[in-house]
Amino acid sequence: MEGQPTLAVDLRDVMIRFGDFTAVKSMNLQVGEAEFVAVVGPTGCGKSTILNTVTGLLKPAAGEVSVFGKPLTGLNDQSGYMLQQEGLLPWKTAQDNVGLGLVFQGKSVEEARAQARPWLAKVGLKGFEERYPHQLSGGQRKRVAMAQTLIMEPRIVLMDEPFSALDVHTRRLMHRILLDLWQAERRSLIFITHDLDEAITLADRVVVMSAGPGSRMVGDVPITLPRPRDVSALQTTDEFVALYRQIWSLLGAEVEKSYAAQG
Amino acid sequence: MPRRGKVVLVQVAIVLSLLLVWESGVRAGLIDPFFFPAPSTLVARIGEWMSTADFWTDVGVTLLETILSFVAGIAIGTTLGIWLGLNPFAAEVVQPFIKMFNAIPRILLGPIFVIWFGLGLTSKVALGVTLVLFVAFFNTFQGVREVNPVVLANARLLRASKWSLLRHVYLPSATTWILSSLRVSVGMAVMGAVVAEYLGSSAGLGHLIAQAEGVLDAAGVFAGIIVLSAFVVALDAVVDRAEKRLLVWRPAPAHEV
Ligand SMILES: Nc1ncnc2c1ncn2[C@@H]1O[C@H](COP(=O)(O)OP(=O)(O)OP(=O)(O)O)[C@@H](O)[C@H]1O
Ligand SMILES: [Mg+2]
Repeated sequence: MEGQPTLAVDLRDVMIRFGDFTAVKSMNLQVGEAEFVAVVGPTGCGKSTILNTVTGLLKPAAGEVSVFGKPLTGLNDQSGYMLQQEGLLPWKTAQDNVGLGLVFQGKSVEEARAQARPWLAKVGLKGFEERYPHQLSGGQRKRVAMAQTLIMEPRIVLMDEPFSALDVHTRRLMHRILLDLWQAERRSLIFITHDLDEAITLADRVVVMSAGPGSRMVGDVPITLPRPRDVSALQTTDEFVALYRQIWSLLGAEVEKSYAAQG
Repeated sequence: MPRRGKVVLVQVAIVLSLLLVWESGVRAGLIDPFFFPAPSTLVARIGEWMSTADFWTDVGVTLLETILSFVAGIAIGTTLGIWLGLNPFAAEVVQPFIKMFNAIPRILLGPIFVIWFGLGLTSKVALGVTLVLFVAFFNTFQGVREVNPVVLANARLLRASKWSLLRHVYLPSATTWILSSLRVSVGMAVMGAVVAEYLGSSAGLGHLIAQAEGVLDAAGVFAGIIVLSAFVVALDAVVDRAEKRLLVWRPAPAHEV
């Protein structure tokens, strides 16, 4: 593979098992440097499992995981992972939550705060520095969590359905913020979602997984929409609708299979 | 009137009417003052005590014993709770022994501690520690075990070291439990000190009560109990303030919002 740029993440025929249960049979996922890849698939197909594998929490039963060309051993030190559920520390203010990773690195609390404040501003939370998580709305907490992950400047960002619990308007807002941040400083990004609109709006490529158990990759569709993208105007364009149809023709069948399997 | 004011008003009213009934009952000859000395007698007795240096020595001795057993018990119990909370294997090994020790009626240890440590301060503190330790231990253990797993995973993903996890995740998460244990522990520490004094000593509030009892002086016993209650209430107020400061991050209970 000479002449090709190194991939940020390279999963080759990865199989993941929990005891006798084969969650993922054969997954291939290649993410280039500074590429934004969305992964969609029916519920329970192994999307979170894939992220856990990329971050090094799970070891594949077969296949290879490489990060920037090197086989992954132990935890992935290039990745930042924004979990599906809420993981903020309730006893720390917004700014201290954002600066948490820096404190873990050995920075002083003052230093961490000084770095955290501009990040809160970037996600539109200027003035909320001293709030505790329970004093923030769901969307605001997600933004804090996003800043908490991004402040560490990981080369690979992993996000597991980060906005699925939010209402449509807040989600649009989050899309805009995320795209702005990503466009300003491009990183490799793997974004898991149930929402096809969201996947097409944000990503460079949409990867479709088959229904589980024993899931695999069934589609890999490049999203050719020009950037920078206007989140609100995009979804009515012909190009968008065509892409939606194309991906849904892959995903729709899988979703039905997973319903059929669950009775 | 603010809610707090109303609460205090009703509380004062209850106490006053109770005292009034009691006092007039004694004066009317309906209550035997030998068993239930009138409130006025008790107030007089406490006043009398407060003018003597011996009484203040007794209070000082009990206070010192209480504080020492409280601090030592909390320190040992919390450390043990964190250690076993983080080590499931060790916890499983030690659990039956802890249950066994905790099942011993602590009052029986009093005489043994007197034999081991003599009549002075040490035997009192030792008894207090055995009482406080378990409360602190069980609460801390529980608190460490009940850390929100998502919060924990998130901190780990942010590359927290073991020490950072302890400091930023486990300990703050366990504070609610540890604080609730402080509350009970204050009472336990006082109890340990007073019971040990009562069993055998030459100073302290427990000694004061034991002496009064020795001469069937009910007024002395009652007055001693009142002083003790005031003592515990005062210590409790200190814990209350600590709790308010440490738990600012918690949402206020719904009815206060
Ligand atoms: N620790 C585990 N032990 C056993 N089975 C597991 C474990 N974790 C996940 N699974 C199984 O693996 C499969 C994939 O799970 P995963 O959480 O990756 O799904 P997902 O695609 O993220 O689903 P969703 O979209 O609902 O979040 C599921 O069938 C699940 O039951
Ligand atoms: Mg999932």
